[in-house]
Amino acid sequence: MRGSFWRETVIVFRRQLRMALRNPAWVIIGLVQPILYLVLFGPLLEPIAAQLGAQNAYTLFVPGLLVQLGLFGALFAGFGLIAEWRAGVIEAERVTPASRTALLLGRILRDVLQLFVQGIVLIGLAFLFGLTGSILGMVFGLILTVLLGAACAAASNALALTTKSEDVMAPVINSIALPVLLLSGILLPMTMGPQWLQTVSDFMPTKYIVNAIRELFLGNFFTLTTMWGVIWTIVLFALGLYVGTRTFRKENA
Amino acid sequence: MIHARGLARTFAGRGKGKEKVEVKAVAGVDIDVAEGEIVGFLGPNGAGKTTTLRMLTTLLKPTAGSATVAGFDVATQSQQVRRSIGYVSQSGSTSPEARAGEEIMDHGMLYGISKQQAEARGRELFGQLDLEGLWTREPRAMSGGQRRRLDIAMGLVHDPKLVFLDEPTTGLDPQARANLWTHIADLRTNLGSTVFLTTHYLDEADALCDRILVIDHGTIVASDTPDALKRQVSGDLVQLVVGDTEQAARTAELLGGIADAELTTDGAGVSARVRESGTKIAGLIRELDAAGISLESLEVRRPTLDDVFLDLTGRSLREDA
Repeated sequence: MRGSFWRETVIVFRRQLRMALRNPAWVIIGLVQPILYLVLFGPLLEPIAAQLGAQNAYTLFVPGLLVQLGLFGALFAGFGLIAEWRAGVIEAERVTPASRTALLLGRILRDVLQLFVQGIVLIGLAFLFGLTGSILGMVFGLILTVLLGAACAAASNALALTTKSEDVMAPVINSIALPVLLLSGILLPMTMGPQWLQTVSDFMPTKYIVNAIRELFLGNFFTLTTMWGVIWTIVLFALGLYVGTRTFRKENA
Repeated sequence: MIHARGLARTFAGRGKGKEKVEVKAVAGVDIDVAEGEIVGFLGPNGAGKTTTLRMLTTLLKPTAGSATVAGFDVATQSQQVRRSIGYVSQSGSTSPEARAGEEIMDHGMLYGISKQQAEARGRELFGQLDLEGLWTREPRAMSGGQRRRLDIAMGLVHDPKLVFLDEPTTGLDPQARANLWTHIADLRTNLGSTVFLTTHYLDEADALCDRILVIDHGTIVASDTPDALKRQVSGDLVQLVVGDTEQAARTAELLGGIADAELTTDGAGVSARVRESGTKIAGLIRELDAAGISLESLEVRRPTLDDVFLDLTGRSLREDA
């Protein structure tokens, strides 16, 4: 790959990060989000964990919260792009010789970094609440989350550039995010539900990812569940980047 | 600098019901722009100005025809074209909450310029475009004129040989427009740039451009200097108002003697197109005086590009603007 490609990616990334960090709302909301999930939601789940046979409520729920953070944060990343498009920034960047893929990748990297920091805050705080488990597993779990987030951010940016309207994008994102959230066993494991619900959830790739991260948190690296989660993460990551890159390369986008 | 032959763009649209129709946004245009020229691309909204511009700046692929810009083919050498041109679009180029100086540096670096060079060039342009002291200002806190000049600075950061300006003064107040005109004229004077600008303001094209291309319904209907285009219109508009309708009838006869076109009478008012009116008006006044006609007012209006446009397309440009 051309050396200038990475240089251009870094320029775009740095610009995005600089603007984000200068926005106090972005920083505060980004950090408060994982804390809110943990503080307001964790206590509700503690009594249920025992019923599910889990030894530690947080080892069970933090993986779900991680994926939720990844999905939601990243899926909404495209909204910022619409504002940039409206301000003419995207077109101005597209008349430069810079690679169109770099224009996308630099933006995704910012979302990925945000997710990574949020994940660390979430896991770190969960230790205070009593999280136990494999540290290495948590690191791998965070990596899967970040890859999933990158896929979602790429898809979200692609959707933003295609629709170019917040009014169209918001309902689309919501109608995707809600079933994914409910059918992935993010908040509660799907095994709690009736058979038909479990069968429907079998078609949800993110369910396998959540399950894999749960396994990883327990230190189970080489199980079938972990393998499926890793495979689905890689598939979604590749798919997201492909769709995103294609949209950014398309003329008149 | 620009050579386009039969450049065309059709969009797939939908007609009545579900039948597919091809919408010809640009129906094959030939454009030639020499180095150092300031050329205006004039036409009403929807005439195909922006589509043509987007093809010449590699943002849109032509569906037919070919074009070389700054010596490179827009279809096969888009990278080289992008490196050689600056494009200032209608919609702006900076994020409202970014800082002006950082935006121009990042933009320059995307062109492959080093950080130091981009900063030096950016500060130099801020000086030339009356943006001193605004380096750390956010575009949302700038006036419309300042933002437009910042957009122009963004388009010039890599020292392009050719600059495209899309409706550079749309939405600006008259003072800011006049100010921007001097800066656009300076692009050539100080930097030796070739400038290609679209506008639907006739006075703008008149004030700035060496040559004007008039586009309507996707085809170029005229290409000449503003003066030559104005000469195509049959002379100056001479408007007289006399004492009463009786005198007006007599005046119409006398004015008819020197009129070339459009002789009309409206109550006590008489008007006509007269070529080289300057040499004929004095005689007319003497004749009116001799005939005992009391002249209330006399007005001579030089043809404007609006008249040219009306002449060429049968419509006034202002109706669309």
